[in-house]
Amino acid sequence: MAFFKLLRKSPIIARIGLVMILLNIAAAILAPVIAPYGETEVVGDVWMPMSSEHLLGTDHIGRDMFTRLLFGARNTIAIAFVITMCSFAVGISCGFFAATLGGWTDLIISRLVDILMAIPVLIFALVMLAIVGNSIPKLIVVIALLDSTRVYRLSRAVAMDIEVMEYVEAARLRGEGTWWLMRHEILPNALPPLVAEFGLRFCFVFLFIAALSFLGLGIQPPTADWGGMVRENSGAITFGIFTPLWPAGAIAFLTVGVNFIVDWFLHVASGLKD
Amino acid sequence: MDSILGLVSKRIGLGILTLLAISIIFFIGVEALPGDFAEEILGMNALPETVAAFRKELKLDLPPHERYIAWLGGIMKGDLGKSLANGRPVVDLVGWRFANTLFLAISAAAIAVPVAILLGIIAALYRNSLFDRAISMATLSTISFPEFFVAYILIALLSVQMIIFPSISNINDQMSFWQKIHAIVLPCLTLTLVVVAHMMRQTRAAIINILASPFIEMARLKGIRRTRVIVMHAFPNALSPVINVIALNLAYLVVGVVIVEVVFVYPGLGQLMVDSVSKRDIPVVQACGLIFASIYIGLNLTADVLSIISNPRLRNPR
Repeated sequence: MAFFKLLRKSPIIARIGLVMILLNIAAAILAPVIAPYGETEVVGDVWMPMSSEHLLGTDHIGRDMFTRLLFGARNTIAIAFVITMCSFAVGISCGFFAATLGGWTDLIISRLVDILMAIPVLIFALVMLAIVGNSIPKLIVVIALLDSTRVYRLSRAVAMDIEVMEYVEAARLRGEGTWWLMRHEILPNALPPLVAEFGLRFCFVFLFIAALSFLGLGIQPPTADWGGMVRENSGAITFGIFTPLWPAGAIAFLTVGVNFIVDWFLHVASGLKD
Repeated sequence: MDSILGLVSKRIGLGILTLLAISIIFFIGVEALPGDFAEEILGMNALPETVAAFRKELKLDLPPHERYIAWLGGIMKGDLGKSLANGRPVVDLVGWRFANTLFLAISAAAIAVPVAILLGIIAALYRNSLFDRAISMATLSTISFPEFFVAYILIALLSVQMIIFPSISNINDQMSFWQKIHAIVLPCLTLTLVVVAHMMRQTRAAIINILASPFIEMARLKGIRRTRVIVMHAFPNALSPVINVIALNLAYLVVGVVIVEVVFVYPGLGQLMVDSVSKRDIPVVQACGLIFASIYIGLNLTADVLSIISNPRLRNPR
């Protein structure tokens, strides 16, 4: 496997990153198995200190922090994953269509994307969420749509390069339709850069949801979610209780892991030797 | 000179067009909602009279293009409409908060820009040294942290463990300049840390890129002293990318400020916008969104214009 071969040559930092990500994924998948209590179960006093019963203490209404953290991993990572998938589905299909059809289709989509990319995602998302209101499906649609603009840019550029290849020309002369061309000729060849981008986008979406939840506009309580947990427990910090640092640290932990890997990917991809 | 003026005015025109398009999207978004906006906001069991009054208040009974033109005309005259939550004019809510936000952002920028540029240049000149590696690790971690994580760590350290700075940055007009500065130290420091990390990495990359180009090698081979190579040959060429980096990161401050203001309960525009989103106070959100958008586009525009002026190569079309 090429992947393992690459991994053996990887620097120590990338390996640390990989372990950090795997830990998070394991926590997300195994949450119901390892969690000592229920997700929304009140099991003790408010902001209890760390003990053998409550590994990380309890939160602002007495729920077990360790349990919430595990379920938070599950919810936040799952939603970020769904959003990234949606954003890639929309971005790739629009990008490929724009590249293969060209002309007006390309012009209109590209100008629209330029406008959507002209201001920060957060500002756009805030305006949109104020208009449509918030629930998880609406959140997914809004963020996926805004994020797909970045995917569109990349997939259009990649598809443009592939589109001029002889084998695409041959397929076109054979009389294959646009959809077939996209599916069988362009997609398989465009896959490597898109996969690398997936990691980056996922990280961005994950941080973005955490930020929105922290602002109280993302995933709503009582669903456990890291950003929301920081918000709920933020009052504790002024009493010298560090409970809100756990979920905030968890977010940082995962993104640092992803960034370590992405940094290495970019290094490999750019072909720099130093 | 003629070509510069032409290019610059073209960029400015493009910026204004983009802003107009964004204002249309912000405005039309309300239109695109399935069902009726008034009913959605007021809830299912609102009286028909209430709904009618609400529609009249928001002028929802007029066709969309007429409303948009009226809205745009209002903005030109400095009238941003009325808040749905308390009926006060949006201008009164936005004005002083905007000044507060600018105060915070400018203080952060004033520290961040020189520090980041200096660190970036040093890291680029002494590439792969211990200093460079250490600072690379540190900035990569800071970039990965969400702003609120950095903020809470700073609070835990500087306001709880060592009681030096307040964890809530409430400022008002009665305070003197230095009292205000003391109040905003922590939010300012948070923003500075995050922005410095981004800016320093980009500066380093830009400088390395220039140091690797053939004309620098040529200058070195000619035997020119190192400082002269850097000041006379590298610096003029580094100017345009570095200006870009600064503008990009100042634009990034626009977003960072929203989250940091919420953490420190700072009475600024970002805080107002977030509050209004959860209250679904559309006119206020639209106004805040438009202000943030124009600053962001304005900064990017400034970067474009400055790099056209500082880099003669950009003046001639390919």
